Amino acid sequence: MSTQQAEPESQEAPEDPAMKGAESPAADEQNGGGMVDEHAEKAAELEGETVHIKVFRYDPEVEGKQEPRFDDFHVPFEKGMTVLDSVMYARDEYDSSLTFRHSCRQAVCGSDAFFVNGKQRLGCKTQISDLEQPVRIEPLPHQEVVKDLVVDMDHFYDQMHTVEPYFQDEDTPPVDDLEEQRQSQENREKIKMSSRCIWCGACMSSCNIAAGDNEYLGPAAINKAYKFAMDDREGEEIKEHRLRILEQEHGVWRCQTQFSCTEVCPKDIPLTEHIQELKREAVKKNLKFW
Amino acid sequence: MSQSYNRGLIEDFGRWKEFSAGMWAWIFHKFTGWMLIGYLFTHIAVLSTSIGASSESTAVIQAENDVYTTTLQGLEGLFLIRLLEIGLLAVAVFHILNGLRLLMVDLGIGLESQDKSFYASLLLTGAITVASVPTFMTEVGI
Ligand code: HEM
Ligand code: SF4
Ligand code: FES
Repeated sequence: MSTQQAEPESQEAPEDPAMKGAESPAADEQNGGGMVDEHAEKAAELEGETVHIKVFRYDPEVEGKQEPRFDDFHVPFEKGMTVLDSVMYARDEYDSSLTFRHSCRQAVCGSDAFFVNGKQRLGCKTQISDLEQPVRIEPLPHQEVVKDLVVDMDHFYDQMHTVEPYFQDEDTPPVDDLEEQRQSQENREKIKMSSRCIWCGACMSSCNIAAGDNEYLGPAAINKAYKFAMDDREGEEIKEHRLRILEQEHGVWRCQTQFSCTEVCPKDIPLTEHIQELKREAVKKNLKFW
Repeated sequence: MSQSYNRGLIEDFGRWKEFSAGMWAWIFHKFTGWMLIGYLFTHIAVLSTSIGASSESTAVIQAENDVYTTTLQGLEGLFLIRLLEIGLLAVAVFHILNGLRLLMVDLGIGLESQDKSFYASLLLTGAITVASVPTFMTEVGI
């Protein structure tokens, strides 16, 4: 609970929903022990089925939140409710300081990957009814926490950019000779799954090798490189250039086929398969028979 | 970023219940691989201490009084050694079966069934281990 909300003037009516169903150690301290029972009563006041979520809280700029803790919220359940819906409800109704990223709410923008009940999942794509309660919602592991569920994604983006995630050609023809670059249907199918990445970072966060080796490109970046390396419209030379990036010490060979990334990817990209295929490409490129 | 919080390695062994098949396969493969290396050195140590038998006369060897025979018979007479042998078999069989699974994964074959092939390796290891018990446990402790 933030300080503003505990102040009496921010409570419009005695029936202020801000206190309903929310429990947090800090709020208890601020309001004195007497509030505890009242909290429980108010949680019970919520009509119908509720879901119990435990949300990771941390804010280096607010006293009392510098030490990470979990806040409990009881959110009224609705059919079709996602994990993202539940934290949005908690933020809108109980504690406006609860911070997390989200935008599209339809698994397109990739901003709301959280660590939910011990697994990297997209908040907006995870039905809360599929999870065991209380639902534990934490920021992505192996990335530094900026505030509450918001993690620092800079390193992830750096790795993505290392593989030059854009279409390249040996040289651009003169303007008059420019023509549509067609891709065969088969080739489109080949790179279809790899093109679905939404840069959510769930895979990187789940990878135990990436956690131990900060320079490892990681599954998302390798998959991004796969998308272009396998695209027939890019020339041979460009493909070689891509493989040179991938076969470096902290490239594809770091992967130990734990399948963690493939398990968590919300877009069902067969990441391990793509990494393994690039390993074989790298071997083929370097094999010489004298 | 002025300040941020590093939670360290979240997925430590405290969260082992949340590990998936591929993760377990990886852990077991490391474990068994290094156990086999450990056994290799123990094996070399035992054999090199008992190799003195080669200089013994035929009569001593036939009487089973040479270092090699007495060392090995002494070890095989221990219940603990028999147990460890079963363990060694289990470790080796799992490493081989999962090793074959990993080779398939490297070749890009059947990646969508990687969890099933891990469970199959486990089951087969268990079956082979159990089947080996009568052989390993004959005449123990006499
Ligand atoms: C038929 C027999 C065997 C097969 C098929 C096999 C297969 C494999 C494979 C595929 C790997 C690579 C794992 C990965 O990609 O991460 C591996 C690793 C390893 N193996 Fe084996 N192996 C066999 C026998 C042995 C033996 C006899 C030993 C020991 C004397 C051994 C010790 C190891 C070790 C130490 C590792 C490395 C573990 C690590 O990465 O830290 N293996 N094995
Ligand atoms: S590969 Fe999957 S898990 Fe990884 S960033 Fe892309 S969408 Fe997210
Ligand atoms: S909010 Fe856009 S992916 Fe979940």
